[in-house]
Amino acid sequence: MQIHTYDTVIVGAGGAGMRAAIEATQRSRTAVLTKLYPTRSHTGAAQGGMAAALANVEDDNWEWHTFDTVKGGDYLVDQDAAEILAKEAIDSVLDLERMGLPFNRTPDGLIDQRRFGGHSRNHGEAPVRRSCYAADRTGHMILQTLYQNCVKEGVEFFNEFYVLDLLLTTVDGVRRTAGVVAYELATGELHVFRAKAVVFASGGNGKFYKVTSNAHTLTGDGQAAAFRRGLPLEDMEFFQFHPTGIWKMGILLTEGARGEGGILRNKDGERFMEKYAPVMKDLASRDVVSRSIYTEIREGRGCGPDGDHVHLDLTHLPPEQLDAKLPDITEFARTYLGIEPYTDPIPIQPTAHYAMGGIPTNVRGEVLSTNTDVVPGLYAAGEVACVSVHGANRLGTNSLLDINVFGRRAGIAAAEYAADADLVELPEDPARFVADEVTRMRGATGNERVTVIRRALQETMDRNAMVFRTEQTLKEALEDITALRKRYRNVSVQDKGRRFNTDLLEALELGNLLDLAEVLVVSALARKESRGGHYREDHPHRDDVNFMRHTMAYREVDSQGNETIRLDYKPVVQTRYQPQERTY
Amino acid sequence: MATVTETPTGGMADSAHLARVTFRIRRFNPESSEHAFWQDFTLDIDPKERVLDALHQIKWEEDGTLTFRRSCAHGICGSDAMRINGKNRLACKTLIKDIADLDGGPKAKPVVIEPLKGMTVQKDLIVDMEPFFQAYRDVMPFLITTGNQPSREHRQSAEQRERFDDTTKCILCAACTGACPVFWNDGQYFGPAAIVNAHRFIFDSRDEGAEQRLEILNDRDGVWRCRTIFNCTDACPRGIEVTKAIQEVKQALITRRF
Repeated sequence: MQIHTYDTVIVGAGGAGMRAAIEATQRSRTAVLTKLYPTRSHTGAAQGGMAAALANVEDDNWEWHTFDTVKGGDYLVDQDAAEILAKEAIDSVLDLERMGLPFNRTPDGLIDQRRFGGHSRNHGEAPVRRSCYAADRTGHMILQTLYQNCVKEGVEFFNEFYVLDLLLTTVDGVRRTAGVVAYELATGELHVFRAKAVVFASGGNGKFYKVTSNAHTLTGDGQAAAFRRGLPLEDMEFFQFHPTGIWKMGILLTEGARGEGGILRNKDGERFMEKYAPVMKDLASRDVVSRSIYTEIREGRGCGPDGDHVHLDLTHLPPEQLDAKLPDITEFARTYLGIEPYTDPIPIQPTAHYAMGGIPTNVRGEVLSTNTDVVPGLYAAGEVACVSVHGANRLGTNSLLDINVFGRRAGIAAAEYAADADLVELPEDPARFVADEVTRMRGATGNERVTVIRRALQETMDRNAMVFRTEQTLKEALEDITALRKRYRNVSVQDKGRRFNTDLLEALELGNLLDLAEVLVVSALARKESRGGHYREDHPHRDDVNFMRHTMAYREVDSQGNETIRLDYKPVVQTRYQPQERTY
Repeated sequence: MATVTETPTGGMADSAHLARVTFRIRRFNPESSEHAFWQDFTLDIDPKERVLDALHQIKWEEDGTLTFRRSCAHGICGSDAMRINGKNRLACKTLIKDIADLDGGPKAKPVVIEPLKGMTVQKDLIVDMEPFFQAYRDVMPFLITTGNQPSREHRQSAEQRERFDDTTKCILCAACTGACPVFWNDGQYFGPAAIVNAHRFIFDSRDEGAEQRLEILNDRDGVWRCRTIFNCTDACPRGIEVTKAIQEVKQALITRRF
């Protein structure tokens, strides 16, 4: 075991992690630990754009953006955080441009902007052009630009270091951040990173669904590490299903396709979104569009022999527009479906896309240990975190924004904290938990296989905890997950080696997914209302009296070692916008 | 060999359309042997699946020790570049039907999968990426300006933006560099990917660091090593005209105009 000492350690090298690293490296001795090489992170798969009220092409302002974000999140958004998001969006986009990001341009040479779901002029009057974009590769360009600037700043990376544990030490009755434990993929060696400040920026956890736009590696490692150490997870029941994933595969086809004029059609060729969202139509918020698609499918108007999908129609758009604005997604359709989008509609279905919930933080990125207390020295930003700027449903283009605004804030806050703080003593035998887990998994001889349990988990989550949920389906999911967690204890891996043991890694990732799926389902069972991405058919209305509050889930272990999930609730911060009925 | 009628990824499989395909994979694990060897796996798999799906099916159903990198699984993250039937491709962007001999008979040719050439193999299909990223870092792959930062954004016309569009698509997968015979013979050569990323800035109207980068690439291991073999262009999964970009850098060096 090796011990390293830094001021600031950042876990994850996607958009949020690298944005934090650029700030932290200038202010403190910083290390970035990433389980993938930088530029492999799933920020690179984001397509459509980054919202900011630049008003480059039409009237816009950050207050309208704040309102849209609050309404999009079905009023579960913390409005102080949403104001910061929308206000700092403008500098955030300009910073990226000045770092070199090649945005598409207007005829005047300014950053071009296009329409996106849920973004409107003057509080819902009509769609507005707010998304700053680089073709349908905006996430790729952000990831590349941030990595380029990390190279420029000399950021120190530990590539293929998988963080498996968070170290907290109690000092004077307060749990403080001591560091993290990482597993080096190349050698199987364990490394303890002592640090004054730790920033979790390790991304989402969508891989517990089968049809998902998420990468294989999005397994909620940061959320699970924090949860195991007794820290809460906020609003995990809110998961976004993006309306347009490639049928059966789940690969994302950007909402920018509809921003450019694409239309959703059912088997009769009908533009069905007109029925569900008369003003915003195909550009209503994602939860609304995904439910509408499944309503069409359930009522027998789905396409194909099984009626299990609908069509994204781009055929009325000029080929030059598709080539210039949507080159990648049209290529996906050709590569994976053998379909020519110039002439044929693309089969799509909603795909599990984004976790609105995560590790709770305040607007400085500080991680909360209760509704009000923070863990000194611990920060989180990006999809792993819940600020909450996305509430019950995130607007498209607000995630690339979130990683930049709150990645930057967390990086600055962590480094400033580290400048004044002392190193906290490491707990005794700091790597023990991870060493035991790794040794146990490598030596296990049980007859259960990772792939079988993972598939069963994904199937129950797709069947029971997706766009439509009821008490009954959620209870079925919980039963399945409980049984799978028991079976997981008998998992063994075939690769017993130390070198690049991805077999072992997948087993550990599955453990994280099982823990987090249980949190999602338990939180969803208790939320007996429908709000944003969480739709309960047995409670189809929003209930502001009982549920205008954030879920806070804690892991509790009793003296016999039995684990339970305890739910608590946290008030929503409301500043200017009172809850209204949400229509598009 | 296991017969699996359901695909691990829940992809487009339909059991009526499965084909029997043999994958011949180059294996190497220095923990168990200093020698690399070939191993065949025969799968019943939907030819519309990706090569990555086949690798997963082997790893998940048959041999958990098979080791490769992957993440996004749709050609964006650049993790799974490898040599498939002699050509560098992304396993997640290559459909089995496009490269396999679907004859199914005993004489059907296997799909041959190897790690990228010219790079040190660490285990099975995993190669050491560090020298590749070092060459990338050496060309100063970031916007260089000398002050006078604009209050808002830099102005850039759509034509100026278009000038370097092609090379912004690079995902650093190393398919091009790992396909270059010059690089195979001399690992000191910067390789196509690094030059592509230098090009991306040299031809960006906002950048002021072209001279510095051109000096770096004027080195004996720089652009002049390129013999315009076009392997890199063929290999690029993003469709970047890599050889053309390298030629443009050479021309810029001759004329110092960009």
